[in-house]
Amino acid sequence: MAQIKRPDGRKFEEARPMKAKVGIVPNANGSAMFSFGDTIAIAAVYGPKKMHPQHSQNPEKGTLRCNYNMISFSVNDRIRPGTSRRSTEISKVTEWALEPVVMIDNFPSMVIDVHIQILQANASTRCAGINAAAMALAHAGIPMRDLVSSVSVGKLDKTLVVDVNKYEEDWEDGEGATDIAMSFSSNNDELNHIQLDGHITSKELKEAVKMGREATKKIYELQKKALKNVGEEIEG
Amino acid sequence: MNETSNLTGERIKKYLSEGKRFDGRALDEFRNLEIETGISKNAEGSARVKLGNTEVLVGIKMDASTPYPDSPDKGNLMVTAELTPLSSPRFELGPPKFPAIEVGRIIDRVIRESKFIELKKLCIKEGEKVWTVFIDIYSINDDGNLLDAAGIGAVAALRNAKIPKYDEKTEKVVYGESSGKAVPLKKELPLSITAHKIENNWIIDPTRQEEDISQARVAIGQASGIISSMQKGDNGPITIKEFDEVLDLIEKTYNSLSSSIEKILK
Repeated sequence: MAQIKRPDGRKFEEARPMKAKVGIVPNANGSAMFSFGDTIAIAAVYGPKKMHPQHSQNPEKGTLRCNYNMISFSVNDRIRPGTSRRSTEISKVTEWALEPVVMIDNFPSMVIDVHIQILQANASTRCAGINAAAMALAHAGIPMRDLVSSVSVGKLDKTLVVDVNKYEEDWEDGEGATDIAMSFSSNNDELNHIQLDGHITSKELKEAVKMGREATKKIYELQKKALKNVGEEIEG
Repeated sequence: MNETSNLTGERIKKYLSEGKRFDGRALDEFRNLEIETGISKNAEGSARVKLGNTEVLVGIKMDASTPYPDSPDKGNLMVTAELTPLSSPRFELGPPKFPAIEVGRIIDRVIRESKFIELKKLCIKEGEKVWTVFIDIYSINDDGNLLDAAGIGAVAALRNAKIPKYDEKTEKVVYGESSGKAVPLKKELPLSITAHKIENNWIIDPTRQEEDISQARVAIGQASGIISSMQKGDNGPITIKEFDEVLDLIEKTYNSLSSSIEKILK
């Protein structure tokens, strides 16, 4: 099999340099920043608070409400401010990724709002957003069974790589690029979220999930360290 | 950080009547100002501004577009502000409401009317192609006076901005490649400075709590002694005498604020 070289010289299983910082929005109940190289996400948590309007309240359990948004100058071609079909979908997927670990049953009729802003984008933005959001929830003191750690695995032609950047996302040689975003409950093998687009066999996909799982272990360590050192930027 | 209680409001007023503020500042004193420029790789220019606990991000994007029929040889300017729900429990999702629209419009006038950007130099081909400069403002944490923070961010980001490369053949912008040229700007910084009236006192750079009990607000955009935009906000009336005093107060504040901004940006 012809081996590719990653344009930035990374090993296949190597994520870009990561940074994490907890406690960045004083107004919020919890907040955090997470970055993969040039992709920077920040998240702030407000709540639990009473759900309005009343008819949206669920008396059996609370509601986790996520909102993912890219700021207009996070990419080269300016994004018109406001929600898009893409951001609406990613917001929902982020909720699905986080809900399994949040003990939402404790908060009937309440809502926890998670606001994610992508400050700078170079692919894997939803993964950075989920990592920041998980830290922000923990920082807000929301009871959680576990943390969530998220990473993307790409297939460039026939080679699997961890944490794709924009250049790799647009890979055109051979079989082209496959982009697989996935999120795990950090301390076990539960897959909370996975999305894929591209061109891949089930055998390769199984391998990709294993590779992503390994990569999230390092992300988890960084998240944990940042949560123990509020206000400090931790690199990993 | 929800509504400011009446009790807190009364205490703020009592303090002000003795010439004091909760954080120990003088009535005409700004909070600690931090400016970081070039914080975004995909923007043509950018800045992060912190005024105490208030934080905003401002980014400049540029695109080649058709000029308006009444200004065929001038670049376009567009300013938007988003008061994100991330930055305060008071801001909600959805289309921009009045406070966000007002920030965008006031900063637009401060920049446009002072002619800070030399829009004539942003003409690529008269009547066909000109540069559009987008100034986008995002709140990250609201602890009052987002307006002045946004104005400082806008001028800092503009000073930081480089025009991207323009390919004459394809008539398209080549993002990621800079032309190396700065955005043509006048030397003097136009700044928006806002004074708030609380009972009979006028204060500068209010915190969220102070802003909550403000009865009237005067926002003035000026550069070196020339006022080029102004907006009175809120429904409290002000006397002509008060207005005269506010003009002096803001002019004095402009001088100290612009020199501290110049020092930080140097």
